[in-house]
Amino acid sequence: MLKILKYSFYDLIRSRWSYVYFLFYLALGFVLLFLNNDVSKAVITLMNVIIVLIPLIGTIFGVMYFYNSREFTELLLAQPIKRSSIFMGQYFGVAGSLTLSLVLGLGIPFLLYGLLRSNAIFDFSLLLVTGAFLTFIFVGLSFVIAISNENKIKGFGYAVLLWLFLAVVYDGLFLMSLIVFEEYPLDTFSLVATMLNPIDLSRILILLKLDISALLGYTGAIFREFFGTDLGFLVSMAILFLWTLFPILSLGYKAKRKDF
Amino acid sequence: MILNSPHHKFILWLVLFMFGPFVWAKTYTICQACEHSSVKETIQLADAHDTLLVQKGTYREFEILVDRPLVIKGIGYPIVDGEKKGEIFRIQSDNVTLDGLFVINVGVSYTKDNAAIRVIRSKNFIIQNMVLEQLFFGIYLEKSSHGKVYHNRIIGEAMDEYNSGNGIQLWYSSDIEVAKNHVQGTRDGIYLEFSDQITITDNVSRDNLRYGLHFMFSNHDVYTNNVFENNGAGVAVMFSKFITMKNNTFRKNWGTAAYGMLLKEINDAEIIGNTFEENTIGINIEGSNRIKYIDNDFIGNGWAIRVIGACYTNSFKGNNFLYNSFDISYNSKLNDNVFEGNFWSSYTGYDLDKDGIGDVPYRPVKLFSYVVNRTPETIILLRSLFMDIIDFSERVSPVFTPDDLKDAQPLMKIRP
Repeated sequence: MLKILKYSFYDLIRSRWSYVYFLFYLALGFVLLFLNNDVSKAVITLMNVIIVLIPLIGTIFGVMYFYNSREFTELLLAQPIKRSSIFMGQYFGVAGSLTLSLVLGLGIPFLLYGLLRSNAIFDFSLLLVTGAFLTFIFVGLSFVIAISNENKIKGFGYAVLLWLFLAVVYDGLFLMSLIVFEEYPLDTFSLVATMLNPIDLSRILILLKLDISALLGYTGAIFREFFGTDLGFLVSMAILFLWTLFPILSLGYKAKRKDF
Repeated sequence: MILNSPHHKFILWLVLFMFGPFVWAKTYTICQACEHSSVKETIQLADAHDTLLVQKGTYREFEILVDRPLVIKGIGYPIVDGEKKGEIFRIQSDNVTLDGLFVINVGVSYTKDNAAIRVIRSKNFIIQNMVLEQLFFGIYLEKSSHGKVYHNRIIGEAMDEYNSGNGIQLWYSSDIEVAKNHVQGTRDGIYLEFSDQITITDNVSRDNLRYGLHFMFSNHDVYTNNVFENNGAGVAVMFSKFITMKNNTFRKNWGTAAYGMLLKEINDAEIIGNTFEENTIGINIEGSNRIKYIDNDFIGNGWAIRVIGACYTNSFKGNNFLYNSFDISYNSKLNDNVFEGNFWSSYTGYDLDKDGIGDVPYRPVKLFSYVVNRTPETIILLRSLFMDIIDFSERVSPVFTPDDLKDAQPLMKIRP
């Protein structure tokens, strides 16, 4: 598995996609800091970017990579290698290289602009950790979609739809249901609904640090318990971890049963 | 020969007049081994304008009545222990000075507002350098005027609102200076009721159960350079007129009903140069008219300003709104307030003629804030892409938010 991971990783670096991705984040980081010149403010802007762009890039990239390397995958399948190690190797190769580009691309400009001296360092590391989680989740989901669809167009379509749904439509439906059922107690519902979407979950995780004063404005005991203590942070982290596990397991399951 | 001149006679009289009280006034020293060992008894011996020096030690006394003009001064912070039996000092005379005493253990009562120091119908009093602990009410000024409460330290351990008192309470008092005090752990840090012409400067009021500062029916008061931090509900200014609030700091008042400042039925006030930082609600405004908000900083609040209703002819000029979750929240479509020349960190316009003023008006009210007002649970969708899209479309063509609620001259650069 490690060998395949290494191969996928170097393949991506050779194909320059990792560089493009890395340079994109580097440019983004520098531009944000240049325009704001304030690390704390840039962290807020960056949050919007991270919870929207990272899932999108992860999804597209994952699907693209899976379809492109299909011939190579078939070649590997002919060898006496465990199926799970082939797919896991590819998966970790892609997700790992994307995460590395993210961390380096954003980390370098922020370090240069004096992150270590500012008190935003915790917010920033949280941002990077969330970004890494999102990369792993969405690359995994896109792999699952790609492996279930032979047809590339269909696969791409589903992948983009998945992103669109989780990033925008889900929140719309969520908002509608909150307004329609506003007569009922909605604390638990809204927290559960947030947990069911990794993008919302990451957003809440970051909000816990950035907008805690606003979140505490709502008079709900469950909300207060969740946001006012460390409970919210721990639960969100744990569920985000489960979210990462879910596509990996289903990828393994799909890969084992698929007939090539 | 010299004294014959009327001019010199006058000077002599003046000198006698000025130093007279000091020449005749006596000084009593109170200590445990001295002739005078009780504060209460020594006060009865003393004549007007005498000085009582209280030496270091513990004096277990309560209900000490000061009914003549005296200076009572502690040396090395002597402890006056009320043993939770009742009120400790009661001042019922003009020209009394209390200085440098450590007063502890005020009796808690559900029928009487026992205070560590109560001043009744007196003028020209000075209460300074006192330390009050284990208290019910701290300093209670009742129908008094022209006094000074200066540099005291009041530290309570209030747990519940119903059995705790206020740090410094002014009731029907006027022309009093409250300066450089530190109040913490009481119910209301500083409480004013029916008190006019009060100056409150350089105080720190923090960790109080309810309000750091609380105004009720008090007019023409000024408070400047105070710090209010982490109070249960921040600062409340209610039913008062002509209040000036300058250069105060309101910080970290978090909670469902916590405000940096709560304004209710306030008219003709001036709020200038204050800093509101990390409060759930920076300023909550209800039924307040003709108020000027100038040069304030709103930094990282949940809601910088929340307008609940019936607020007319207020003007907001030259304020900095930095990284608040919501800048302004309204609950109606009507707007009669002016926003002009403020800096908004979420402003995205441009300045082609480079005069430092944005060419596109800024609309500080987000549609999302309306949604949150209606269904509070939706706060969980804060900063989501969907909400940003909706906010953007509302900003382009306002339907739900007041059409004229905008800053036509937003600053491009932060006001220093």
